[in-house]
Amino acid sequence: MNKNNEHLEALSEIRSLMERSSRFISLSGLSGVSAGLFALLGAGFVFYYFDVVPFKAVQYYTLRPDSPLFGLSPIYFMLVIAVSVFTLALCSALFFTMRKAKRKGQKLWDKTSLRLLINMIIPLIAGGLFCLSLAYNNAFKFVAPATLVFYGLACINASKYTLNEIRNLGIAEVLLGLFGMFFPGFGLELWAIGFGILHIAYGSLMYYKYDRA
Amino acid sequence: MKKIIANLNKAFDNKVRLGIMSMLMVNEWVDFKTFKEMLDLTDGRLASHAKALEENEYIEVRKQFIGKRPNTSYRATAKGKKAFNDHLDALEALLRIKD
Repeated sequence: MNKNNEHLEALSEIRSLMERSSRFISLSGLSGVSAGLFALLGAGFVFYYFDVVPFKAVQYYTLRPDSPLFGLSPIYFMLVIAVSVFTLALCSALFFTMRKAKRKGQKLWDKTSLRLLINMIIPLIAGGLFCLSLAYNNAFKFVAPATLVFYGLACINASKYTLNEIRNLGIAEVLLGLFGMFFPGFGLELWAIGFGILHIAYGSLMYYKYDRA
Repeated sequence: MKKIIANLNKAFDNKVRLGIMSMLMVNEWVDFKTFKEMLDLTDGRLASHAKALEENEYIEVRKQFIGKRPNTSYRATAKGKKAFNDHLDALEALLRIKD
């Protein structure tokens, strides 16, 4: 019986080492939830700014509000929102992941996180340039859904180097983005769903599965 | 039963060596420092166990310089991967019998 426990222990030790040495497993589910909340907040601000109702199919970026909020013109307003959402989402994600890494005794910056980052960034850069080319050719309505497609592909690619759930999140983002490519005009709504709701959903799923223990 | 126990590989009858092989199954080259940190070992212990695996031709060593610092990395050989997989199969078979 003792021998049996020893073997069991050896097997679980092996499994854990294989995981810890090849995947960045400290990615926190709360990072996804917080990033999603900031995304929803940002989208809410934009709808409020342009005074439009979601899913009414207006090209909000062509609207000119009568009394600009905070004295910002639409382009600047969107830029401020985009930069703040991105920064807040990234910082909060880093915060929760750092916390989890500390608890797990894994380093935030090691070979696994570097590998995860590189494999995430490659599709993102390709996607960024692709979206610039769309904008350059005045195909603005395709930019938002295209970002979702490439973000999804980045997640699918990165999933090999972190928790498996990221793969399903990626597939969902790609499908959502492709829907938007065929039926453009709901860019912001799709962003709110893709970067907001999907992040919150998968983040909570991962939190309940991995983080609470 | 006896036959299964015979399949357990003596070379892996040790936590450190199991650890080294586990990491090399899922990573191509792993360097000395990464092993030390992940397995929480001293230089001497790690070196002696790595040497034992190397003598069995289960792992190969690569020594190179990164800048002016020497850097030692290890990789599992095909023979080593097969031996480790056989060992895992034997472990699982043992557990299944006793269940």
